[in-house]
Amino acid sequence: MSETPLLDELEKGPWPSFVKEMKRAAEKNDMAKDALRLLERSYKDKITHWKHGGLVAVVGYGAGVIGRYCDLPEEYPGVAHFHTMRVNQPSGWFYTTEALRKICDIWEKYGSGLTNMHGSTGDIILLGTTTDNLQPCFDELAEAGFDLGGSGSAFRTPSCCVGPARCEWACFDTLDLCYNLTMEYQMELHRPMWPYKFKVKISGCPNDCVAAIARSDFAIIGTWRDEIKIDQDAVREYAKNGMDIKSEVVDLCPTKCIEWDGNELKIDNKNCVRCMHCINKMPKALRPGDDRGATILIGGKAPMLEGAVLGWVLVPFIKIEPPYDEIKEILENLWDWWDEEGKFRERVAELIWRKGMREALKVLGMKADPRMVKEPRNNPFMFFEKEELR
Amino acid sequence: MPKTDFGPPKYTEMLPPVIKNNYGKWKYHETVKPGVLKHVAESGDVLYTVRVGSPRLLSIDTIRDICDIADKYCDGYLRFTSRNNIEFLLTDESKIDALIEEVEKLGFPVGGTRDTPAGKYALSNIVHTQGWVHCHTPATDASGPVKAIMDELFEYFKEMKLPALCRIALACCANMCGAVHASDIAIVGIHRTPPRVNDDVVRRTCELPSTAASCPTAAIRIKAKEKTVVVDEEKCMYCGNCYTMCPGLPLFDPENDGVAIMIAGKVSNARHPPVLSKVVVPWLPNNPPRWPEVVDVIKKILETWAANARKHERIAEWIERIGWEKFFELTGLEFTHHLIDDYRITPYFYSSYRTTTQFRW
Repeated sequence: MSETPLLDELEKGPWPSFVKEMKRAAEKNDMAKDALRLLERSYKDKITHWKHGGLVAVVGYGAGVIGRYCDLPEEYPGVAHFHTMRVNQPSGWFYTTEALRKICDIWEKYGSGLTNMHGSTGDIILLGTTTDNLQPCFDELAEAGFDLGGSGSAFRTPSCCVGPARCEWACFDTLDLCYNLTMEYQMELHRPMWPYKFKVKISGCPNDCVAAIARSDFAIIGTWRDEIKIDQDAVREYAKNGMDIKSEVVDLCPTKCIEWDGNELKIDNKNCVRCMHCINKMPKALRPGDDRGATILIGGKAPMLEGAVLGWVLVPFIKIEPPYDEIKEILENLWDWWDEEGKFRERVAELIWRKGMREALKVLGMKADPRMVKEPRNNPFMFFEKEELR
Repeated sequence: MPKTDFGPPKYTEMLPPVIKNNYGKWKYHETVKPGVLKHVAESGDVLYTVRVGSPRLLSIDTIRDICDIADKYCDGYLRFTSRNNIEFLLTDESKIDALIEEVEKLGFPVGGTRDTPAGKYALSNIVHTQGWVHCHTPATDASGPVKAIMDELFEYFKEMKLPALCRIALACCANMCGAVHASDIAIVGIHRTPPRVNDDVVRRTCELPSTAASCPTAAIRIKAKEKTVVVDEEKCMYCGNCYTMCPGLPLFDPENDGVAIMIAGKVSNARHPPVLSKVVVPWLPNNPPRWPEVVDVIKKILETWAANARKHERIAEWIERIGWEKFFELTGLEFTHHLIDDYRITPYFYSSYRTTTQFRW
């Protein structure tokens, strides 16, 4: 009789099974074995058996390790403590097998042998080890060139799309910006000292492949301001090969700024909002323009506490070039303000709602722009500064 | 003192030569067949990508197997995607089929791509959170429901037969580490009963003012004399934020925890601006190991959309065209009072902030 009859059901079916993975790790690791047994218990009881973490860390760090304890340590001693290590991924999640094997070897020695590739924020998640193993595990990871990621009320590990490494639409170097910001803010990443978490995600174009607008307090999304580049021959080639350009491109343009006469594609770029649909549709024929940069949207977050938020426009357009000083200046001014004014566990969106965009713009030294709103306010109740009065 | 703050390995150390040589100089891409992309550089160099679905939770031995394949076919390079897929990167077209065969023998399916010019889309992997595997606040498991759903929708991952992109995501509680709230289809773990105050644990481990302040509906009142709190059950909406703050306020309930289904969100700016997902099923039970009620509803929504949507029309765009009443009619899902918003606090002025990169210059 199997010890895990419920989980065994999830070994069936065509999609790769996490239960198989847990069993594979359990074959040679007692922590993984008890993690599997405890999960079976949760499947039976229909509740979690993990408790709040205490403070655990490696020397010099306040982040990167998530303390985790099981609530039935006598029955499941292998997972009495079962802490997670968040390991900062390389930009764009590119790896050599050599680097991946090193991580596997270290985790075989010190941990459960279970991982997540990757966690939601983007880190490599090493799932489950004991308090005693944390420091030696980190020391060897450091030796192999891998540092910890963020956790708690810190700068969270930034992540980015594949960008110029493999995408013709990247409007700036997402991998380099991600790496540069990660390196610049190691202190903020590893030592939680803010009101709450702060996430940065970086997408190279408005397709937003890392969901920056929804998942980050500070979303940097590539865009451009000039004209879409058109290769008319390639457009005609698509048409020749059976693409119905009228119904699939022209009619689906959100601002109806495209015309197609069967021979030439015309785009009224003054009326284009750079949604990407026509470019997605005809990658061989259309490309973003040359005046490239990014839009910064502020405030994206999940529903806890004051409801779900999509980031809204803070900077309609900014050039993204090394050493990225302009972006850093915005970030640092924002953090200073939030650190000073933010309440405990108040995300930056909630601070701005409490204080008003008026205050945020003042702190950041920015001017209001119609691109920040869908429409102006619909009530006449506004704050005026003393200097504005006569 | 060990070294600290040295940061991640530089990405340039991890890039295959073909990418280093053509970095930022890609010209176009096309989809060769389901799961296989071809990127062509200005230089004429070609990079093939084979996309592979994964359960995200991987043992180190499986990662080593994956590395063996990358060593054999890809000169030792690979990457992962933002949706937990594995991507093998290779330059030799003749090796693709052998690679696919070997990966599938390992039990990992090739697919999850789209061919936008042709208007054919596969379902990509589900992004998800930890659930009962390793989280202390979940209202459901994550890996289990995802496995059950992907088993049922497997054909849509393997073949490109959906009318548009469909992003499915699962978060095991409203904290949403997975930030599923702008997905075409989202599964969200929810509680339905208020926290049960354990006075002893509250006294020992919780800071009372911040615990009371953590409640978005002001349902928690401090009992200063007894050094504990009371929960106003009329006001509590079971978000669980107080439990995150204070271990003395557990709200787990095996029979009443479960999931809500939210749909019609998106993050891409293509055509329709990004938009948040909306609740269409208030609650389904936790029915491990395979969550049949959840799987049924997801499949019904996906297939009703696929059968009725126009080419390139994501769920949000489809419903905007046909109307919500028609959505409920076509899917047979019941519209109940739960689906009418009465959560008090999202500020009304936020609705006029611009949440897209779509603008004119």
